[in-house]
Amino acid sequence: MSINTTAWLVLAFPLAGTILIALGRPVLSGRKAGVLGTLAIFLSFLSALVTCLKLEDRPEESRQFVVSLWDYAVTSDLNAKFSILIDPLAMVMILVVTGVSTLIHLYATGYMASDKGYVRFFAYLNFFVFSMLMLVLAANFIFLIIGWGLVGAASYLLISFWYRRKTATKAGIKAFVINVVGDVGLVLGAIIIINQTGTVDLLGSFAKAPQVFSHDGTTIVAGCLLLLVGAFAKSAQVPFHTWLPDAMEGPTPVSALIHAATMVTAGVYLIARMHPLFEIAPTAANTGAVIGCLTLVIAATIAIVVTDLKRVIAYSTMSQIGYMIMAVCVGGYAAGMFHLITHAFFKALLFMAAGSVISAMAGEQNLNRMGGFRKSMPITYACFIVGGLALSGIPPFSGYFSKDDILYVVGAQGGWHWALYAAGYAGALLTAIYTFRMIFRAFHGEPCEEAKSLESGRIFHAEEHRNPGDGTLETTEVGYPGAKHHIAERTAGMAISMFLLAVLATVGGVIQLPDVSWGLDRFLEPSFVGAKVLPTNHALEIFGLVFGALIGLSGIATAWFIWIKRPGTSARIEQRLPAAHRLFVNKWFFDEAINAVFVKPFAAIGRFGERTFDRVVIDSAITGGSLSLVRISSAAVRSLQNGMLRGYIAAVVVGTTLVTLYFLLQS
Amino acid sequence: MGIAWYLAVSALIFAIGIGGVLTKRNPIVILLCLELTLNAGNLALVAFARMWGNADGQIFALIVMVVAACEVTVGLGLIVALHRRGLKVDVDELEELRG
Amino acid sequence: MSILLFFLASIGAIVGAVGVVALRNPFYGVLSLVAHLICLAVLFLLLQAEFLAAAQVIIYAGAVMVLYVFVVAYIGGQDESLGTSHGVLRVLTPIFVGVLIVELLIALLGSGLSAVTSKGAKVSTLFGSANQIGDLMLTKFLLPFEVASLLLLVAAIGAVGLARRRVGYGPGDVPFDAATIAAAPPAGTGTMAEASGDRPVAGFRGEDR
Repeated sequence: MSINTTAWLVLAFPLAGTILIALGRPVLSGRKAGVLGTLAIFLSFLSALVTCLKLEDRPEESRQFVVSLWDYAVTSDLNAKFSILIDPLAMVMILVVTGVSTLIHLYATGYMASDKGYVRFFAYLNFFVFSMLMLVLAANFIFLIIGWGLVGAASYLLISFWYRRKTATKAGIKAFVINVVGDVGLVLGAIIIINQTGTVDLLGSFAKAPQVFSHDGTTIVAGCLLLLVGAFAKSAQVPFHTWLPDAMEGPTPVSALIHAATMVTAGVYLIARMHPLFEIAPTAANTGAVIGCLTLVIAATIAIVVTDLKRVIAYSTMSQIGYMIMAVCVGGYAAGMFHLITHAFFKALLFMAAGSVISAMAGEQNLNRMGGFRKSMPITYACFIVGGLALSGIPPFSGYFSKDDILYVVGAQGGWHWALYAAGYAGALLTAIYTFRMIFRAFHGEPCEEAKSLESGRIFHAEEHRNPGDGTLETTEVGYPGAKHHIAERTAGMAISMFLLAVLATVGGVIQLPDVSWGLDRFLEPSFVGAKVLPTNHALEIFGLVFGALIGLSGIATAWFIWIKRPGTSARIEQRLPAAHRLFVNKWFFDEAINAVFVKPFAAIGRFGERTFDRVVIDSAITGGSLSLVRISSAAVRSLQNGMLRGYIAAVVVGTTLVTLYFLLQS
Repeated sequence: MGIAWYLAVSALIFAIGIGGVLTKRNPIVILLCLELTLNAGNLALVAFARMWGNADGQIFALIVMVVAACEVTVGLGLIVALHRRGLKVDVDELEELRG
Repeated sequence: MSILLFFLASIGAIVGAVGVVALRNPFYGVLSLVAHLICLAVLFLLLQAEFLAAAQVIIYAGAVMVLYVFVVAYIGGQDESLGTSHGVLRVLTPIFVGVLIVELLIALLGSGLSAVTSKGAKVSTLFGSANQIGDLMLTKFLLPFEVASLLLLVAAIGAVGLARRRVGYGPGDVPFDAATIAAAPPAGTGTMAEASGDRPVAGFRGEDR
């Protein structure tokens, strides 16, 4: 098979999986849907692997090319073909997406086993993977936008997967609305660029961009800022981040796949993909770097005080994506992609382990009620530790190298980048603290009721099912979580996928060891041929490696001191700094601000319009008017249909007679 | 005899058939009267075929006979079904399908 | 000879037709129609439609009328009840029919169809024979021929389906209850209204899996 075929197969398998599972629902009993879905993604992963190997065989200058399948919309000015762009950057993304997705599908076959919506879940999940791959492989703006929209739709479907839960449907709507704001930004940005370069083709418009745009001119800066709006909404960056914590209403595999490993990193990928444009618009790129830096600090401060296990990880995801955005915006594309890869590994791992804990707690997510799971859940605990060490940046785990790479790239640029550099390390310290706060509170200390129950060999089951968010009573029917809970210690599929991810999270750093391999840099080179050359600073590199490790370790030590050594410390800190605590607990009041500035005025306008225009003009005049017209005329016609057969015949006879008469008079 | 005579007979039979369809209440008799109108048409077709010396009209008449046979089969089937369900076989009684 | 035959046959046909309409007993009506059809066959013969005349007698007057007789016998050839609920039609029908006759006569005879009064074209003795009709059927009119046969098949199957005895239709069977068809959409189809609890889903059984 040629490289073209294998590349198309990457897209084809998830699509086939979606269709088969969605249509085959009546015959897919038991776990067949899960197996089928996992298999489809695994085959897609194999195709991606083969494609990647074949790409490596080609000479370096021809490693970036476009393959078209058919014309989509071809007119005199628009030439949109259904085509995919194959290059190392896309390869890295599809390998991460399909690889991590395979493991998460495997995890979900166990985790979702007792859910009544099992088949639907895998249809959605396959659909998401297909959309994501389409986004990644798109060779022109049209398909990039289509893929971008489809992942938003898949995200909405999966967040609201338990559709009887009001909290879940609300979170889904919130995510969808904020994502649509981003979509509009992306589309407008794309229109500006297409309009100026005259082509929808990505490579074509990149090639033309330096000629048609003046360096740092208003047009390109505006276009790139609009692209950034799209990237920020999808990647949950300030101020478009509020949907991500709420998205944790979805099932845990969804949080692992969409809201940690793949979809939310689409913004990073977008900026890396559009790097020729961002390099002509340094203002936009710098704005992006600052926003990324802000996000990483803000999210880390919130993560320290949040008590919901999954939301801690969600804020951590925001924070880590802040690092990636900062890296790609200052030109460290390989560093950003490196962190994207390692983050996909360890964050998916953390979510899976969290899912296992939540299952053991019978759906409860509140850290305040957890504790002491260390003995009863050894596998989960080990995975949590591995993921936590990687997230905190402790050598030799993968996160250590990638985070260090980002901060080195930022710091080496000097000037105002030193501020970003410092904030990055502050964020790293906070990361280590909140990560181990979470671990210490969930696994150490006095075992809670559920942990004791598990130690005696029985998974805790609540007598009545309640929504962990608002406490409303639930059943276990479709639209609600299933009756049984599955933990990694008891379910092979979950344990296998967690083990594999733990291995990857541990050794993932080898693809880019500083000064030893620089493997990812070299692999990605063909995608970033014309990119700016970053300054190097060997001393800084060495300093960063040492300092990063120290920061991580001191963060863990701090967490250990606060939550293990002197358990009352956190309460004392709270009393000392009430203002800061209130700010963090209320998530910097972003939700309230957005509500006051956008939601409330628009809702007021909507209500006003409903009361005036809608009721008066639409309901009474247009709808009511046409309704009564139809009613009157149909009443008139109805009297003709009296059910008398001979009356009908008489009508026919009279009609034909009249027609004949007409023709007689004509002749 | 001229063709016109045949046509006149055909017109008469047709009118009688229509009159029957309009006045009768028994669906079987209505079907019989429909046969009359169809046969009137057939007669006209055959007469015109003779007039032009073209046998196509006769084929038309034959097809009309086939259609008439079909109509009889379905119509009588309906009547039998009506009877089976214990409904009165009278078109004026069967007026449930009114607006 | 042919003039005599024409008048005999056409008077017979018209009388037969009037008999169908006038006789109260449907059984006599059917017999009257048979007479009418036979007279019509004679007219066909006079018009040199030999094959058609034969078909008329065998198929129409024979087979189809036997079907009528069977049905009349099955239903019971009760006399039609007197009086009609459609008094207006009683009055209007003769007017309709009169207008129709006048109009048709004008249309057929007086409307510039100059050739109508002629004796018709010169035709060979083979005209209208089974030979010629068969030839036409299998060459020029093959498709209508096949379609007609298909129509017959459909009608036969349809009649069997209609007249077949079904449970719930006979006297004494449980009558069909329209209320058993649920008017509301099935519960648990996953609408927002359900999710927000605006619409109760009591008794719903999950079918998602």
